[in-house]
Amino acid sequence: MADAILTDDPEARRAARTWMINRVVIYGLLGLFAVIYLLPLFVVIMNSFRTIEEIAQNGLINVPRSLTLNAWSEAWSTYCINGACEGMKRNFYNSLYMTIPATIISTLLGAINGYILSKWRFRGSEVLFTCMLFGVFIPGQLALLPWAYLLGQLGLQNSITGLALVHIIQGISFTTLFCRNFYVSIPDDLIKAARIDGAGFWRIFYKIVLPISPPILIVTVIWQFTGIWNEFLFGVVLTSGKEQPITAALVALAAGEQNVRNYGVMSAGVLIGALPPLLIYFFGGKYFVRGLTQGAVK
Amino acid sequence: MATLTIRNAKKSYGAVEVLKGVTLEAEDGEFIALVGPSGCGKSTLLNMIAGLEKVTSGEIWIGDRMVNSVPPKDRDIAMVFQSYALYPTMSVRENITFGMESRGVPKAEQNAAVDRVAAFLQIEPLLKRKPGQLSGGQRQRVAMGRALVRDPSLFLFDEPLSNLDAKLRVEMRTEIKKLHAKVGKTTVYVTHDQVEAMTLASRIAVMYKGELQQFDKPAAVYSRPANLFVAGFMGSPSMNFLPGTIAEGGIRLDDGTVLPMAPPAGVSGNVILGVRPEHIHPTHDESLARRRNVAKVSAAVEVVEPTGAETIVVMRLGEREITGRFAPDLAPAAGQTVELAFDMDHACLFDPKTEKLI
Repeated sequence: MADAILTDDPEARRAARTWMINRVVIYGLLGLFAVIYLLPLFVVIMNSFRTIEEIAQNGLINVPRSLTLNAWSEAWSTYCINGACEGMKRNFYNSLYMTIPATIISTLLGAINGYILSKWRFRGSEVLFTCMLFGVFIPGQLALLPWAYLLGQLGLQNSITGLALVHIIQGISFTTLFCRNFYVSIPDDLIKAARIDGAGFWRIFYKIVLPISPPILIVTVIWQFTGIWNEFLFGVVLTSGKEQPITAALVALAAGEQNVRNYGVMSAGVLIGALPPLLIYFFGGKYFVRGLTQGAVK
Repeated sequence: MATLTIRNAKKSYGAVEVLKGVTLEAEDGEFIALVGPSGCGKSTLLNMIAGLEKVTSGEIWIGDRMVNSVPPKDRDIAMVFQSYALYPTMSVRENITFGMESRGVPKAEQNAAVDRVAAFLQIEPLLKRKPGQLSGGQRQRVAMGRALVRDPSLFLFDEPLSNLDAKLRVEMRTEIKKLHAKVGKTTVYVTHDQVEAMTLASRIAVMYKGELQQFDKPAAVYSRPANLFVAGFMGSPSMNFLPGTIAEGGIRLDDGTVLPMAPPAGVSGNVILGVRPEHIHPTHDESLARRRNVAKVSAAVEVVEPTGAETIVVMRLGEREITGRFAPDLAPAAGQTVELAFDMDHACLFDPKTEKLI
């Protein structure tokens, strides 16, 4: 009797059908949008492996009929950008030399700031924190001219060191915000216990606070690395030629001096420029989401 | 070995005064409980003793040293926190040695100290674990181990049992008492639980609204509370308060009943009579025969709450609600009217204006 109801109930069958249709529609739509969203990436990847002739013949958006790595090697080491025919290799290393130290230093400064602003509050520390938060909301272009002037005064104009300095300072607002909000959830008792145990400001920081920090440090490092690597405005304005980071070089590539646009090389160049942040996301994305939603100590 | 002396200690945050001048003294080896409701300033006072909060004015002495401006690490104290405050990334052993490490104690000495304390608290099997792998009671022990290993002259406890479940709390309370008996160090223990204060302390400091209400032995605080606040706070269920006036032959309650009592000399006018629930007996209680001075009234029973060992009975006397604590076999049923006898030898009288004990 009960089995009959479970298998032979017309109402249940109708409900099952409606459910099925709903699923098909929902996943169909989601799939469609995913395809639309991923199409440009697909086109770029395909074009980076096609020959110029084939692209010219069959159009930009088409399935590849030939396969070659020439565009990649050309984009990496021989293509002419900004008058020099060295490819994007140099700009890629520029970006690394800028992004890695800037990420590490701004994250460390953010951690120290956050530690002070949450665990060693002083008169006016809340006001200071609010002021630092302004930096999160102020658009970078506002600081463009002052930076150009300041770097000139420091003798760091048109240099990767100068650009790294800019990113360190510009990044402190974000790193401080992340770390401070994480450290607020560390119980004050922990700090008190350590003080009674005879530990001072720095010892508490590196023995107790830093070891609990990996979740937020991973978030901050990923955020800073992708942000600084992908940043382009400061790179274009404050540096030129050989000193440019890869994002700025890509603009030069797109604005190309040659008459015929080499879509294969441009595609490879774009992918070279996008690879490091993609890899960081690929390997660290899981920790990123986890870190953003986690408190310090349960 | 050290005494603790607090002289007129005050603390304000901006315009808010949270401690309004507290003076108390602990003798060497004494166990002092600071007890009071939340926000009474007891934790602030403890933090000031520890050096974690600045003293706004007044003096704090540990032994013969004024420590107002001495940093916490140099005060020769150890503290156990309500949240245990174990360092989450360190093993139990590292937690216990962290203080010695910070002070540069040689490794061999550290190991000997850890072994001694671990044996004492029976936590040897836990030494390699992280705090996250321990139960509440085990964390509590480790926290005590971290305090003990220092061999300080002053122990500070900040509500150490509040996070434990009821059964474990009673066990750990006994442990702390045993521990103090063995170690014999001067101890300041903050709690909001008056039972903990009564059971553990050699003297209790009752605090309320930033002021010290009474500082005395547990029995004295319980039987001769200095004012209405202390009387109401210490003891559960609370002391019954009955407003009345001094009349011929005793105290006239506001419903006209006169309770025979010889009031202290020189007292007249309005008073508040305080009677603890265990000093209200049904008249058929045989133990009454031993009481010399009883006052009889009758009251309607409203609620009966058996707890097993005793039965709490809420009754209506005139317009007042009173609570009695009866032996289960003597407890009346709800809705009955009972004849009660107040044990007037144990009753307290308070001045309704100053709220002080007369």
